[in-house]
Amino acid sequence: MNDKVKQYQGKTALLVDDDIDILEQTQLYLETFGFDVFTGISQAEGEQLIENEKYDIAVFDLMMENADSGFILSYKSKRKYPEVPIIIATAVTNETGLHFDVGTDEMRSWIKADVIMDKGIRMEQLLSQIEILLG
Amino acid sequence: MLKLKLLIVDDEPGMRRGASRSLRNFQFQMKDFKDIINFEISECATGNGTLELLKNNQYDLLLLDYKLEDITGLDILEVIKEEKYNLVTIMMTAFASLEVAVSATKNGAYDFIAKPFTPNELRSVIRKASSNIVVRRKAKLLEEEKRQVRFQFLSVLSHELKAPLNAIEGYLRIMDKKIAGNDISNYEKMLHRSLDRIGGMRKLIFDLLDLTRIESGQKVREIKEINIVEAAENSIETNSAIAKNNNIAVNLHAEKSILINGDMSELEIMFNNLISNAVKYNKINGQINIDISRIDDSSILIKVADSGIGMTANEKSRLFREFVRFKNEKTRNIEGSGLGLSILKKLISLYDGKINVESEFDIGTTFIITLKNLPSV
Repeated sequence: MNDKVKQYQGKTALLVDDDIDILEQTQLYLETFGFDVFTGISQAEGEQLIENEKYDIAVFDLMMENADSGFILSYKSKRKYPEVPIIIATAVTNETGLHFDVGTDEMRSWIKADVIMDKGIRMEQLLSQIEILLG
Repeated sequence: MLKLKLLIVDDEPGMRRGASRSLRNFQFQMKDFKDIINFEISECATGNGTLELLKNNQYDLLLLDYKLEDITGLDILEVIKEEKYNLVTIMMTAFASLEVAVSATKNGAYDFIAKPFTPNELRSVIRKASSNIVVRRKAKLLEEEKRQVRFQFLSVLSHELKAPLNAIEGYLRIMDKKIAGNDISNYEKMLHRSLDRIGGMRKLIFDLLDLTRIESGQKVREIKEINIVEAAENSIETNSAIAKNNNIAVNLHAEKSILINGDMSELEIMFNNLISNAVKYNKINGQINIDISRIDDSSILIKVADSGIGMTANEKSRLFREFVRFKNEKTRNIEGSGLGLSILKKLISLYDGKINVESEFDIGTTFIITLKNLPSV
């Protein structure tokens, strides 16, 4: 893995997760791919970073201060940078019964993530998704 | 108002009319519940007619004559058993025949009443059967509620345990593939973090056991007259090492002895919770001030004030929820299960007490608790 060319050299990623270890691991993966990484440990910090920084891709944890923090950040990011793809990482899945209503147009346009990944994200999986989103 | 549906079955119209009249406006309140029970009454003259009604309607109570024109009351009981109709049957028996009454109850009747009977006798038997129905319903609702609460709790719990598992697994994969390069020192931090997360899982499980034991009343309580100041002093001692690490001064303001009826270990757990939080969320060279005083003969006031990082209004509103931990720049490296304050709150409620929080971001937090003396054992 280490001898792979840092294919995203020169690009920036925004990473927000309230678990410090997941944050560090995902940051390591992104840096291995060549990204410069901005990190935030809460929705609040994420909002600050969206406000103040420019980035080529974003990875947001779903549940932080709020059960839908990731979606809120996604909405704000898309509003500011409509072209920047967003990955949402969640440990939530089906068992908690969390339902997101995409019944109305408003909701459909609200959930702006490009892809949702299940936590326990492996480096190879993350790279595959980024390659699909950024080329 | 709880309305029970009652079907009166007898081939004599006079009988049906009399029973109906006795119960139409009858209502009563159960001893332990607020509900007032009354009845919606239907009548039927024949056995087969009854079977038809039972098939197409839901009744709660059946007042059933033993001797009908077409089939017997026992035949109907048989059908009720076979079809598993959920209702309570009271058999009316003529000639006060004990044999009939016994076989009726053996076949599923809840009770019997011997003809001739007075309106009061009828109401008494109906009342008894109705109470039984209501109690069973309440028990079922309670079971369902418990199941829902347990399911929600387990869902949240599995989420809380999955997080450290993902974190540890992530580090192990990085070590496995040497993603952080060939320098071993890069991996030392990951090893330590993994061990920390494992410690966190262990603490979570223990705290959870404590919480469920307190909630289910399984924790054995030793209640006697104890000195609450001594509990505070023990707790300060327990936390002295971590306080010293950050040069935090812990000051206790209280009379030498304030007596309360309580369980020493519970009080120590309470103080441990308060003091360890006051230390963890404090600043270097910070202060903790603990005040214990008697409000009146039956209550005690405890204040634990720290000069720590404080909370925002948003954080304060989420403070006592289970597993809630605030994640921000300042709390990045602070460990905890997120159950401490839940446990604290439950323990305080055992003393009929209250807890309030005052906090200012970056200035400090004060927990204010009142406890009432437990009655002597």
